[in-house]
Amino acid sequence: MTATRRFAGLTAALLSVTLIDACHKKAPDQPAPAVAPAAGPNADSARRAQEDAARRAAEDAARRRAADSIAAANAAARDAAAAAAALRTTLTAMVHFDYDQSDLRPEDRAILDAKVPILSANPTVMIRVAGHTDERGSDEYNLALGQRRASSVKAYLVQHGIAESRVQTISYGEERPMAQGTDEGAYYQNRRAEFDITSGPQTLRKP
Amino acid sequence: MKPFVRAASFALVAGIAIAAGMSRSALAQDTTFRGITLIGNYDPTRDKISVAVLPVSGAFGDSLRAIVQRDLDFSDRFTILPIEGGDADAARTGGAASGLNYSIFQRLNAAAIVQMTSMPTGVHVALHDVAKGQVVNVGDFALPSAGYSREWRMAVHRTSDEIARWMTGQRGIAATRIAYIRGTGKAAAIRIVDSDGAGEITVPTDENGISPAWHPSGTMLAYSTYGDVASRIVLFDLTTANSRTLTTAPRNTQYITPNFMPDGTSILYARSGENGSDIYAVGLSGSDAPRRLTVGRGSENASPTSSPDGRRIVYVGNSYGQPELYIMDADGTDARLLTEYDLSDKNYRSDPDWSPDGRLIAYQEKIGPNFQIRTIRATGGTPKQLTSEGVNEQPSWAPDSRHIVFTSTRSGVRQLWILDTETFRMRQLTTSSGSRLAAWSSRLTQ
Repeated sequence: MTATRRFAGLTAALLSVTLIDACHKKAPDQPAPAVAPAAGPNADSARRAQEDAARRAAEDAARRRAADSIAAANAAARDAAAAAAALRTTLTAMVHFDYDQSDLRPEDRAILDAKVPILSANPTVMIRVAGHTDERGSDEYNLALGQRRASSVKAYLVQHGIAESRVQTISYGEERPMAQGTDEGAYYQNRRAEFDITSGPQTLRKP
Repeated sequence: MKPFVRAASFALVAGIAIAAGMSRSALAQDTTFRGITLIGNYDPTRDKISVAVLPVSGAFGDSLRAIVQRDLDFSDRFTILPIEGGDADAARTGGAASGLNYSIFQRLNAAAIVQMTSMPTGVHVALHDVAKGQVVNVGDFALPSAGYSREWRMAVHRTSDEIARWMTGQRGIAATRIAYIRGTGKAAAIRIVDSDGAGEITVPTDENGISPAWHPSGTMLAYSTYGDVASRIVLFDLTTANSRTLTTAPRNTQYITPNFMPDGTSILYARSGENGSDIYAVGLSGSDAPRRLTVGRGSENASPTSSPDGRRIVYVGNSYGQPELYIMDADGTDARLLTEYDLSDKNYRSDPDWSPDGRLIAYQEKIGPNFQIRTIRATGGTPKQLTSEGVNEQPSWAPDSRHIVFTSTRSGVRQLWILDTETFRMRQLTTSSGSRLAAWSSRLTQ
């Protein structure tokens, strides 16, 4: 790309030097054109100018084509990145739980259902499910409850065809609250399972 | 509040009895209790012995006296009589062979006098029985030369505990420490603080360490780790400051709630995985395979704590739905529900700790929206509620089976508090917020 552009620049520079040179040489000893001189030099320069214009047009067109294809590629890349980000967002979307429960609610099953085709289309992706609780239970017993929540999520994914070995489960209990506060709003945000992609390609393939 | 009144009136009655030569009741008589003469009916769980601790001259004398006075006070078995420097001088003049004027102390209602003398290598202690008008115990206690140091303070605490034993027959609990967690998330760390709230240190904990537990010898801590690095049970040697991993949990599994068996050769813990949580025991050598003790079939069983004789284990389980306390034999057989339960019960009982005398189990229970501390006899029965203000959790018994350290929000944020289960006197142990998961050590010999 750079080489092509530099070459084009160089060609243009050489051409203009030639033209200036030609004018410069002819100017001093050019007499009044009493007699029509041979058509040679004028026709020659006209032809040269035509060729030059054609070349320039071709070069411009090539440049435009290159720019267009770059823009197109960029747009495609942007779209792909957006799509991959969307896939990633879907894959890492949290699910929530009722108080002291590890059962999956219908709306959270839908969130997990959306992950299944992405995991199927990207068989090298490994994920980690971290179970969390609100602060109302026992600090220590909540580590067990967090584990149960992560396990319940994993069991659902495995039931839907995801290999057991691709899903790791851990628990944080109540040790990593998402929201501070002692109201149901904060508690709800904290009773969750989080998803991390622990390995796999940078760009996720669309199902 | 009632026990306070009773303790105070005891001292008063004792004084009147001496002055008027009459007793509180027809049955009351002079009672010699472990070397100190007490007037009236002495109830060791509720009545306090009035003690005067004389000023101590010499280097660190003031600190020595202040610590001993506070230790005796914190034991909730003594009333410390305020003796001014002038009073003591007066008391010393015109005395008998001991140099003390016992009649002045009788008028102050003192039953005992603690007289300490600084020595080049420690302290000499004489215990005077006021009614008898004589010294009934003496002892020399070595103290490290570095005054105020952590070791020096612990040696003074041991002195206090022995003085308490001279008077009541029961050693005090001042020479103990409490391990706990402070902070949440990645900032959480294990701390160790003396029983009087001084001398705190931070244990170099691996990230995400939780649930510290004392080895019965007081020379080692165990804790578990959780989170995105493989969960482990870690042993921290307090003498060498070395950590070692006892056991690492397999993938998809967390090790939680470690607790030593009373003989100190093995550790109980819960293994929490995709088939629920079950309780295991493993030897400290790390060479034996862990023994599984519960078969939870998908339920969560955790927080095992052994009876002092090592024959039974209390733990929390939810095989009937809600977390309840169970007791099983140490080999995992004969598990029985300890806490009363019915099918409509939406209660939550957890975090049990077996008292060192084997009688009681302290635990937390949801009473209304908040956890409160309760005790129940190890044989079952009606629980006794010990707290009501704020959220109160995570009880751990002192070696005297009388005091409990626990987490409370009564001051607005989570702090550790110490409760005397006999008089209900309460004191705040920590002053940094976010303190929790306390474990009280045995009596420390070093």
